[in-house]
Amino acid sequence: MEHYVAPVKDAAVVVDAIRIDEKPRNLWSDAWTDLRRRPLFWISLVVVVIILLMAVWPTLFTQVPPNNDCQLANSNEGPASGHPLGFTFQGCDVWSRIVWGARTSLSVGLLATLIGSLIGLVMGALAGFYGGWLDSLLSRIGDIFFSIPYILAALVVMSVFSQYRNVFTLAFAIGGFAWASTARIVRAEVLRVRQADFVTASLALGQSRFGTLIGHVVPNAIAPLLVVTTLSLAAAIVAEATLTFLGVGLGGNVMSWGNDISQAQQSLRVAPMALIWPSIALTVTVLAFIMLGELIRDALDPRARARR
Amino acid sequence: MLGYILRRLVQVIPVFFGATLLIYAMVFAMPGDPIAALFGDKQPNPALLAQLRAQYHLDEPFFVQYFYYIKGIFQGDMGVTFSGQPVSEVLARTLPVTMRLAVMAIAIEFVLAISIGTVSALRKGGIFDNVSLVVALVFIAVPIFVLSFIAQYFLAVQWGWFKPTVGANNDWGDLWLPALVLGFSLYATSMRLMRGSMLDTLNQDWVRTAYSKGLPRRRVIPVHALRNSLIPVITNSATNFGILLVGATVTEGIFNVPGVGNTLFHATQKHEGPTIVSFVTVFVIIYVIVNLVVDLLYGLLDPRIRYAK
Repeated sequence: MEHYVAPVKDAAVVVDAIRIDEKPRNLWSDAWTDLRRRPLFWISLVVVVIILLMAVWPTLFTQVPPNNDCQLANSNEGPASGHPLGFTFQGCDVWSRIVWGARTSLSVGLLATLIGSLIGLVMGALAGFYGGWLDSLLSRIGDIFFSIPYILAALVVMSVFSQYRNVFTLAFAIGGFAWASTARIVRAEVLRVRQADFVTASLALGQSRFGTLIGHVVPNAIAPLLVVTTLSLAAAIVAEATLTFLGVGLGGNVMSWGNDISQAQQSLRVAPMALIWPSIALTVTVLAFIMLGELIRDALDPRARARR
Repeated sequence: MLGYILRRLVQVIPVFFGATLLIYAMVFAMPGDPIAALFGDKQPNPALLAQLRAQYHLDEPFFVQYFYYIKGIFQGDMGVTFSGQPVSEVLARTLPVTMRLAVMAIAIEFVLAISIGTVSALRKGGIFDNVSLVVALVFIAVPIFVLSFIAQYFLAVQWGWFKPTVGANNDWGDLWLPALVLGFSLYATSMRLMRGSMLDTLNQDWVRTAYSKGLPRRRVIPVHALRNSLIPVITNSATNFGILLVGATVTEGIFNVPGVGNTLFHATQKHEGPTIVSFVTVFVIIYVIVNLVVDLLYGLLDPRIRYAK
């Protein structure tokens, strides 16, 4: 029987070129190479940096004091020189109030996210690492918190503690109920990391179980938590504004975008811009954090990258 | 399937008791004496106070009080509002309105999510796809009360397409504006899930098989691909329902729709603690039930879920 033999081309085929001097690639550096090329990443990063600057150093953006300079004669007036966005119903400068309001929104957002992430990390890590009855118990507690929409829960907390309405109670009310989804994410990741050889090695070397959890498992399981942090931050900022708008969030004298919007609603028909400007500030901030979070999440997930 | 239903039902019991206990514990922590508050500025007779306390079981320990409260819920007695109306009566009046609004909003959400998501997936990377993704991000970022005010100002006040508020006339046709606002606030996450799941489906071997056996595109896409891509959208609608309940509170307040959310909205504005708690409890119970129903539906749609342990 005659066999057909494919002719061998004489041109040499390089199968694998190994460049020695190339830096080793890992998940984060891959993600960074991907992010660096995306204009949306840079746009949202710039917006986030500007909002952070506003919160830390408001006088960099406006010289007009947000409260002391209000004159009722200017009530709902349009833009004037030195007051680019016009005036509120109380005659305060809209731009100045937006700049100063950034601090409140970000404080509540950051604090609530910190609280929620910490509770979620502890609950998820303990449940995932120790398993058994502790896992069942913590996961059922998580299910209970998951079954109450957290804005509604925060609404009850804030109405119970209505005498103590400030940035801290509000952040605790939001973060204290928003941790259940974080705990699920951390638990899943800890379950995955627990199988790794370095965990067995750490235990075999005599490190205690708790020491292994803190020293080796948590640092290796924290990436998904960091990724959802920006998204939680955006959600917490929305929650703060919504609760303040509903009247159980921050008190009326606190400068916040939620308060500005809810006060401007009374004169919506005659002066819509006093409502629209703080709304834009709120939306752009939330949008920037969501976009940043999603771009980082997608950059870390090769499957999502393929979907684009 | 029966085993799956039973398993889910058993899982829902601790969640129900845990959630109600959690909310009840917060009421218990509420400062002020509710019985003394009934008398306003007057100094009540101590005997009368004790009698009222016993009548409302306020002299019992926490868990006994909670037991009476749960017993009341199962008998349809959910307490009274701040103005003295039984919560169950208020619910009988307001729940149908909220249901109508919710059904319209979910219908709008599904139509938008499925149609835009499918077209985006089919034209992946095109102009429509990119624009719709950006628009969806904006709708995810806009808080619902901002969206309500902007819709109210432009669609109702400026252009006069709708009435700015709903009020006593709240039949299906009158609820368009709040339903649209709610639907648009919900559609974006579902639409993106639909797009992703459609893209996954289109890469499946059986879609290629359907094409290669000669089926036209107008049959492959709606009948084969669409139906199999719906599961993430349906599961997401359960999670979305929590956003819907908060959204209903805000939109019913702003557009003056006399539903459950509106009652909660006004109680919140007036800081009526006990009323807030009763209605949040109602919302949480509805949320738990809806999640259970969606989970059961999910098991019905996808056999893999039924048999998974």
